Parts: sequence; structure tokens; C-alpha cells
Amino acid sequence: MEQKSLFSVISPIMVGPSSSHTAGAVRLGLMAKNIYKNKFSKVKFVLYNSFATTGFGHGTDKGLLAGLLGYSVDDSLIKDIFNIVHDVQYSYDYVQDISRHPNSVDIIIDDTMKISGDSVGAGEIRINNIDGFDVNIKGTYDTLLLMYKDKPGMISEVADIIQRQRINIATLHCGRNAKGGVASMCIELDIPAGDDIVNEIKKLNDVFFVTNVRKLK
Amino acid sequence: MTILSFEDLRNKSLEENKSIYRIAEEEEALLSEITVDMVRIKVLEDLTAMKSAIKNGLKSTEKAISGWCGDDCDKLKKRYRVQGALFGKVFEKITAYALATAEENLRMGRIVACPTAGSCGIVPSVIVAVAEEKNIPETKQIDGLLTAGIIGLIVSNKVQLAGAVAGCQAECGVASSMAAGALVEMLGGSTDEILQAAALAMKNILGLTCDPVCGLVEVPCIKRNAFLGVHAVTAAELALCGVESKIPIDEIVDVLQRTGQLMSPLLKETSLGGLAKTKTALELEKVLFKQD
Repeated sequence: MEQKSLFSVISPIMVGPSSSHTAGAVRLGLMAKNIYKNKFSKVKFVLYNSFATTGFGHGTDKGLLAGLLGYSVDDSLIKDIFNIVHDVQYSYDYVQDISRHPNSVDIIIDDTMKISGDSVGAGEIRINNIDGFDVNIKGTYDTLLLMYKDKPGMISEVADIIQRQRINIATLHCGRNAKGGVASMCIELDIPAGDDIVNEIKKLNDVFFVTNVRKLK
Repeated sequence: MTILSFEDLRNKSLEENKSIYRIAEEEEALLSEITVDMVRIKVLEDLTAMKSAIKNGLKSTEKAISGWCGDDCDKLKKRYRVQGALFGKVFEKITAYALATAEENLRMGRIVACPTAGSCGIVPSVIVAVAEEKNIPETKQIDGLLTAGIIGLIVSNKVQLAGAVAGCQAECGVASSMAAGALVEMLGGSTDEILQAAALAMKNILGLTCDPVCGLVEVPCIKRNAFLGVHAVTAAELALCGVESKIPIDEIVDVLQRTGQLMSPLLKETSLGGLAKTKTALELEKVLFKQD
């Protein structure tokens, strides 16, 4: 079983009213920001199940947007975020789908990237899909994320580059859309990978996309 | 944290002759790769933020989005000024501090989730009220909060602490169990007494649903914080005189998890059942959504 910190239970210090629906929402937004990295002008949030039914009363809509714009969970400006933001076009959809987690969201940024995640309780989150690829990013570790052509030997080549920098791999998660198709790899690291690692992985044949996702504070 | 069950915790505590809070701080230091002193500083930051939330909540009468809630603490304060609480000063402070914190939360004010925001008033109200009334120093309050933390953490290994997953038993219920353990620690109780207090409190809230009216963390959440703060004291009093739960705490956690699974989704933070579907709630819903 995965070990959890005491501070997953007696934190975060946050603005209310709900750890799963407010702080969790902010953190999902922050994580999406860390993944997307670029400036954006448009975002659509699709809220599922409990997020959809009770999100309004918990400030879930405000939290998601504030997080995506980089506000931290204890920022007292979150409650006024709709009055603060003028240069980003944002919209919300509300959907019931029992195949999804009770507190689930899709964040679609600039019509180019779709990031899906769940708020799993006590402010903790999990990003589980990016553009249709299964990932597993909890924001508790710095994570290296890559998309590549599914073929033998990729894990070992990537692991070798990381190992040469003497960085320990905490967890490794892979997925693919089809045999020989596009695959994804999520590597949680004990210390963040530098740009040199990212650049070296980029140079490998058949790597389409690689990025370094910083952990949440 | 390598301790996954209360049995693990109890065994380690008895074998190594260490208090539960000491195990909590040492395990956390190991996991987070920081010193025990740094762990205690982080806990103190949480404690300080809890006290600020109480202070802010006691001063404010600002209403929530709905316009229904936000001044219950003020009403209570006014009564206590004229006439002290029937059960004395500790009771007075727990009820007032729990309401103050919970109301601060619904205003989107700054609070500490413990374990969640909806249940944020329970642990702080018990720790701070008893500390003030019994002159318990800050370092013992930190010990109490560490004890509360490890209790919640062990439960969270089996149950996600979210109303949407297991109902309010996993939020306010677990908070009350954490507060009971913290209180026994602060009053000098033994490892077994701490675990019994946590068990007794948890056993008594099994089945508690999450059915917030209009999906807001207001009805019944705010007042429940005051009720379950006092509830924690009942558990602590029983445990401190040697009353034991016949069912061991790890088995109660299993029941809490299974009860959460059996609970209808209508009663798990969807506002599709329970109090949220009463005639009055539906009327309030109409008014509220018309305003927007």
C-alpha cells in the first residue's frame, strides 16, 4: 500500500467550503496549469456527478478556474475570481456519468488539450487522462510525462537517461491506445528531472512529446 | 507512513514504549524526509491557522452565499454572555469554536481541512477549548493534533475521506474520532485509552449520510460540527475511565468503509436525497436559484 503523509489529513490550509469540492478543484486546476504550461485564452470545464450537482454551492467552478490561473488553495481572492478574470474565456458543462468518479472533471484548454482528473478526498487529486491517454499524476511527486510510439525498449532507454543522473524513480505508469500505436509514460521522481533530461529524452527516436510536471506545494 | 492499521500502531506503541504522537511525528519525518522538529513546526502552522479561523469566525456575522447561515455562532455567544452553558465552560467553547470555524468555512474564509473542510470545526474546537480551560501548553496541543492526524491517516488507508465516497461518517464522523483521540492524549491518557476513545466515537457515527441542502456546506454541516465536537468529549470521558469498545477499532473502520459502499449515491454529497429532498429544502432551492 502506498504511504501517505499525515498532512494529507490535517491540511491543507485552504479557503472553504469543501476540501474535495473547493481545495481539490483548485489543485486540479493547478495541476492542469503545470501540465499545459503555456498561456491560454480559453478553457472549458466539464464537471461530472457530485461536482456537477453540488459544485456551485462549493465554489468548485471558481476553484477550478483559480487553480488553472495559478492561485493557491488558501488564496482569499478565490471567492472573487469571476470579478478578477477578464482576459480568459471560460465555460462550464455539467454531466452525469456513473462510469466516472463522483468528483470528476475534464479541463479542455484552448481546444487543444483535454486533461481529466478526480478529486479523491481531503483535497487530494489524481490526473488520470490526458488527450485520451491514461496517466497517473497525483501532484505529490515531480513527474516526467511522455508520449511516444509503442515499441520495445522505450522504458529501458528512458530509465537509463534518468538513472545516469542518479535520480530515483518512485513509480512508473504506462498506457497505450493500441499495440504499435501511441503510448504514454508517467514517471514519478524523488527529485525533479532537469531540462537536460527532458532534452535528452526528446532526442530519442519516436518520442512525440515530453514534459516535466512539477508537483503541487 | 508504514503503519497501516490501528493494530500496527498499538503494537509499535507498546513494544517501543512510545506515545502515539511520537510515532506519528517520527513516521512523518521519515516519509517526508524532514526532521521531527520540522514536522512539529508544520503542525504548529496548522494549529495557528485553526486558531485564526476561530478568531475570525467569532468576530464575523457575514452570511453565506445562500443568505441563510453565518450568524449561529453570534447567537450562541450572546446567550453565553447572559447565561453560561449548562455543561460549563468547555462545552461553551467547543460549541462556539466549532460554529465559528464552520461558518468561516462557508464564507470561503481561510480554514484548515481536518480531515476535510466540511468537518473543519471539530478537531480545532476540542483541542483549543480544552487547552484554554485546562491550561494545556502549546506543545501538548501539537501532540494532540499529531494524534488526531495519525488516527485520520489510518482510516484514510481504507476509506477515502470524502462525503461523496462514504457519506458524512467519513468526514465529520472521522473528525470526531480524531478529536476524541487528541483529547485523551492532551489529558494524559494511555495508548489504549486514545484508541478506545477513537473507536467509541467512530462506532457511534456509522451510517451518517451526506445530504447537504442545495449542495451547500451549510445545512446540516455547520451545526453538525458543534454536535460532533461535543460527541468527541463523550467518547474521551468514557475511554478515560476504562470503558472499551467491544468491537476493535480496525473492524469499525472496515464497517465504515462497507457502510459507505452500501450507502445510496443519493445520500453521498449529490443532494439528490435525504434532507436535500425535503419539502422545505426544495422550496429553498427554488428561492436560491431564482436569485442567481
